[in-house]
Amino acid sequence: MSSAMIETTYREAVREAIRDALRRDPRVFLMGEDVGRYGGCYAVTKGLWDEFGPERIRDAPLSESGFTGAGIGAALGGMRPIVEIMTVNFSLLALDQIVNNAATLRHMSGGQVSVPLVIRMATGAGKQLAAQHSHSLENWYVAIPGIKVVAPATLEDARGMLWSALEDPDPVVIFEHVMLYNRSGPLAADAGPVPLAGAAIRRPGSDISLISYGGSLYKTLDAAEALAREGIEAEVIDLRSLRPLDDATLMASVARTHRALIVDEGWRTGSLAGEISARIMEQAFWDLDAPVGRVCTAEVPIPYPKHLEDAALPQVPTIVAAARAILGRE
Amino acid sequence: MISLYRMPSLGADMEAGTLIEWVLQPGQTFAKGDVIAVVETQKGAIEVEVFHDGVMGRQLIEVGQTVPVGTPLAELEAAMVTPPDQRTGVQSGGLTEVLSESLPADMTASAIGVTEAAPPLAPSPQAPFPKLSTPVAPSSGESPPRSAPLIPPSPSMPEAVDPRASPAARRLAQQRGLSLDGLVGTGPGGAIVLADVRSAAVALASGTPQAAPRAPAPSPTVPPLATPAASATAGRRPAHPGLDLAAMRQAIAAAMAHAKREIPHYYLSQDVDLTPASDWLAQRNAELPPERRLLMGVLFIKAVALTLKGFPELNGFDREGRFEPSAAIHVGCATAIRGGGLVAPAIHDTDHLDLDTLMAKLRDLVARVRSGGLRASELADPTITVSSLGERGVDRLYGIIYPPQVAIVGFGTPRPAPWVLEDRVVPRQVVTVTLAADHRHSDGHRGALFLAQVAQRLHEPENL
Repeated sequence: MSSAMIETTYREAVREAIRDALRRDPRVFLMGEDVGRYGGCYAVTKGLWDEFGPERIRDAPLSESGFTGAGIGAALGGMRPIVEIMTVNFSLLALDQIVNNAATLRHMSGGQVSVPLVIRMATGAGKQLAAQHSHSLENWYVAIPGIKVVAPATLEDARGMLWSALEDPDPVVIFEHVMLYNRSGPLAADAGPVPLAGAAIRRPGSDISLISYGGSLYKTLDAAEALAREGIEAEVIDLRSLRPLDDATLMASVARTHRALIVDEGWRTGSLAGEISARIMEQAFWDLDAPVGRVCTAEVPIPYPKHLEDAALPQVPTIVAAARAILGRE
Repeated sequence: MISLYRMPSLGADMEAGTLIEWVLQPGQTFAKGDVIAVVETQKGAIEVEVFHDGVMGRQLIEVGQTVPVGTPLAELEAAMVTPPDQRTGVQSGGLTEVLSESLPADMTASAIGVTEAAPPLAPSPQAPFPKLSTPVAPSSGESPPRSAPLIPPSPSMPEAVDPRASPAARRLAQQRGLSLDGLVGTGPGGAIVLADVRSAAVALASGTPQAAPRAPAPSPTVPPLATPAASATAGRRPAHPGLDLAAMRQAIAAAMAHAKREIPHYYLSQDVDLTPASDWLAQRNAELPPERRLLMGVLFIKAVALTLKGFPELNGFDREGRFEPSAAIHVGCATAIRGGGLVAPAIHDTDHLDLDTLMAKLRDLVARVRSGGLRASELADPTITVSSLGERGVDRLYGIIYPPQVAIVGFGTPRPAPWVLEDRVVPRQVVTVTLAADHRHSDGHRGALFLAQVAQRLHEPENL
């Protein structure tokens, strides 16, 4: 079963997923700002315009509401559009289309129509792009029934989630953390689609469950490594799917470790971390040996200066400290 | 300074409670957190604690009385510190009005609402107490002692007295029948966490004293087994309705250690042909709906109760080495509790009950053991214990006498076995009956006669 491994990057894995989808299904096309001639602001689509032409790699005007709405219309009309939105901050301009149209039409039409739309967007901080390009608003979409929300963190998921999302009859929002694009590693040359649903245990452990997703996953894994040097065996869970959440995997882990810390680059107030904490309280209260902890981003607009941006975000030392506090080893 | 201790509200739905035990008698001193009484509610027997130091005064209701929430139960003489600062609110009559309007309405009944006029015990008779309806601002440099003891925290606020423990630690402690009191927490903020309970359980198993911080010291007097108030400890919610499994474990430990140390047991065993009783029971039950069918255990209990009439030396109590026979026969029925531990509550006047009544009482007893709500009398009154393993046990059991009783009868699991009948070996249903008895008060010869008569009665089930 083992196949040849290739060294690749997250960016290339996403590009390969798009290329694969365009080849597999003539109904698939990509639309967004600067995705064609320019090759994408994060260079994800570089080369695809040359390969597939302007019909299928479509540069859109600077109107998120407009081209997202066009994507919804295309999906209703039988196409399989991939809409790329430059960052989650800009997606707020398309929020009306996503929340009031894409998420609702199946229900409001009594199941007569569905919106098989995929929206990809970059999220997160770390590149000194300041407050209007750096926020993590995944939880805004997680709160909306009618859409699915995924956050591929690994090369396999970056490569495999797009096709599964296109096959889903309902809108799927894919969050790609900007700090992941350059991350490289081995990926099976024949890597293919992966399920959208289900959390993954990225590191097994017995003492505490560290729950994370997207760009925070690797900080969390590094924190688990640091904790292991202190004799604390942390289990690291990658949520993968943010809506729906895989409660079963989370609760099974908490039942083993009796402690949970959620690492979420969103702001603490009203965060996805808060939702997960509440679910653990509801479903695994009697398994808990300590209060559920959260490491979130400081409640400030993400600062521009490097040292302030770093200070605002979850970092390995803060994750380690929070885990130690939960274990009573301050 | 005398205050009234009132029937506390132990839950929003509680309207009345029954006093089932005064733990303290008039004149006895108590400290904040001590249990002074046991009150029975729908939720079972609840230990009731006090929230300040003092001396038990006149008791206003008797054990067994049911009174509404808020009814005065006793006068407590509070060990009050007289506030030295009497700048405000001086009252002439010595009547002290306690801040009660600041408490939520449903808490005032459980708090000591009003302290009433009485010759103050506090050592400052010429210094009347300040009216406390408004907070007394502490003057700079000196802080007048707050009269907080007058306004105890409500029993509905267990956080104030319970050890802080994680949910998982609480669950494990309950499963193991351990008390959280006295455990040292190593978790966040000093909370008791799973590891603390586990190490306590290990220490308990290995006999390390630290693990059983409140184990009653071995003493010639044996604590009543599983009496709800067996250990008068503060601020602890029973883990089982009406029963505190941790306290029960400790009480069992103390009682059994005492029994093995002090009581010279002798043991007898007799195999009994149970076929006649089995056949009779099967025939009788066949005609009855399930809820009226009898269990074999009822025949065992009745056979023991009837036989005891001729063996008074096995039915009664050891009082400081002297035997005190009991005219009444109250058979204690050993019943296991889910989660560990056991109790052997009495079925009163067992020998006078017909089998159907006995069966009903046994069902009721077992249900109440499981759900809580055993009466103190049921726990205190057994004159002998019968332990029956039922269908899923082993061939025989040798019991340990539960002091101050002097005998325990054990029934193994009935089984088919080869039996010699008129020079032929035939399969019969057989049960092994054992007797463990106190050799200070009876001898093996009498014990053997007793077992033989029990066997004879089981041969004639229609006479039971």
